[in-house]
Amino acid sequence: MNKISIQNYSLQYSDGTESLRNISLEIPANQITVVFGPAGGGKSSLLRVLNRLNDLADVIHQEGNVYLDSVDILSNKLDVINLRRQVGMVFARPVVLPFSIRQNLTYGLEVAGEKDTERLNYAVENSLHKAALWEEVKDRLDDPAIALSGGQQQRLCLARVLALEPEVILLDEPTSGLDPISTGKVEASLQDLKRDYTIILVPHSVQQAARTADLAVFLLQGELVETARGEVMFTNPQDQRTEDYIQGRFG
Amino acid sequence: MKSSHMRHRQQQFGFSLLTLMTLFTVIPIAGVVIYILILGTPAINWEFLTGFPREGMRAGGIWPAIVGTFYLTLGTSVFAVPFGIGAAIYLSEYASDNRATQLIRIAIINLAGIPSVVYGLFGLGLFVLFLNFGTSILAGSLTLSIMTLPVIISTTEEALRAVPQAFRTVSISVGATKWQTIRRIVLPQALPGILTGVILGLERAAGETAPILFTVAAFFLPRLPNSPLDATMALPYHLYVISTQVPGMPIKIQYGTALVLLVFVLSMNIIATSIRSRARARRQW
Repeated sequence: MNKISIQNYSLQYSDGTESLRNISLEIPANQITVVFGPAGGGKSSLLRVLNRLNDLADVIHQEGNVYLDSVDILSNKLDVINLRRQVGMVFARPVVLPFSIRQNLTYGLEVAGEKDTERLNYAVENSLHKAALWEEVKDRLDDPAIALSGGQQQRLCLARVLALEPEVILLDEPTSGLDPISTGKVEASLQDLKRDYTIILVPHSVQQAARTADLAVFLLQGELVETARGEVMFTNPQDQRTEDYIQGRFG
Repeated sequence: MKSSHMRHRQQQFGFSLLTLMTLFTVIPIAGVVIYILILGTPAINWEFLTGFPREGMRAGGIWPAIVGTFYLTLGTSVFAVPFGIGAAIYLSEYASDNRATQLIRIAIINLAGIPSVVYGLFGLGLFVLFLNFGTSILAGSLTLSIMTLPVIISTTEEALRAVPQAFRTVSISVGATKWQTIRRIVLPQALPGILTGVILGLERAAGETAPILFTVAAFFLPRLPNSPLDATMALPYHLYVISTQVPGMPIKIQYGTALVLLVFVLSMNIIATSIRSRARARRQW
């Protein structure tokens, strides 16, 4: 049973910039699904469908179906707040909230009404462990989060998502601003995390896609060109366009 | 081609000219302050600050006017602050960018350009006469509020917009509602900017004469107001009265009153400026 099922999904924004055309895709649980392709192909849009962050954007047309555990997440009746706790998102630039490290992690729980200090403290420690940040910040949890380095901030953003104990984690070019060492740490965390979560990653390079993908999805100008297991996609792509992109002939 | 020496001289000349122009803008302000300080300071003593006017205002103190201006500033803030901030939150965070909101924005900008005496007449018509509040602190505060609103709305909106959009997106993405996002992140981050705007708006209200002329200010009322429906003396109007309407007025008292008003307004300004610069130093974005 797949975690997420996208069926004949199309999307159009009012400014006509990015759009998705008739996308059908099955996303398996406990794997890293990598959605890659050139800029403007609809990768971010696709992620933002899955946590309904597109509600904030000017969407003029939408059709098709998207199911998470066979729940229709496009439904008007869906509890969007609850969906966003189930489907966490890490953005391209690390955005720490203007609070302390601790408050960055408890924020999502607090807005959901959690007041129990013990549970909040547990969430802080647990999420920092999972994001491989605990050792570096355990003595300064009440310092402003902005004081962390870029790589640490991005892992804090990952921890902030993990603190909500989501089921799906969306990562939109999470390492685009990071140095290779920090990038390596984030990628290593993802490999650990996929045991417990369904991970959907928009990589910042084809190389990262090849390194991380269990399942790879190639998006080109809003169209899904090809879906394949990672090891197949990057060695033996079926579509000429996929091969050209992977070989670096365009992009 | 000009020699580099020549270009250097030109540059020197340009800088000197700009420095001079800057100085010329400061000189009148400094001049006014120093002039009022010199002429006004001799009047300042305990009786002047806390006493009631006597002998047709030619002696005694200005306590009722100080209290009146304080009450009016307070009253203005009671009405203008919640409405102004509320409107700004709506415009910046909720309203979609359509014709109606554009119209509202234009209206607010134009509201700021209306001469203050027009506000005074409007207040007279609406609050004093139509709503029958009489010449009262209530009517005066409401009139000053309407005049202050555009300042508070536009500075608050600006402060809200300065808060990075990414904070809102992140907050929504971890399951916060829009209102939670505003209350827990946007408002606290914008607060110093909002406070600065509020104080600057109130400062203008405290110093205005025309809007209170017909709505609240008493020519001579040597007692303190008991309720919001009482008229009151106020510093700017009192200054106008003793400068133009009372023959044989000691010049010392005129400048003493001006000095008190100036200190009142300047100290609000200093508070606003220091809030702003402190917040800038602490800001995490």
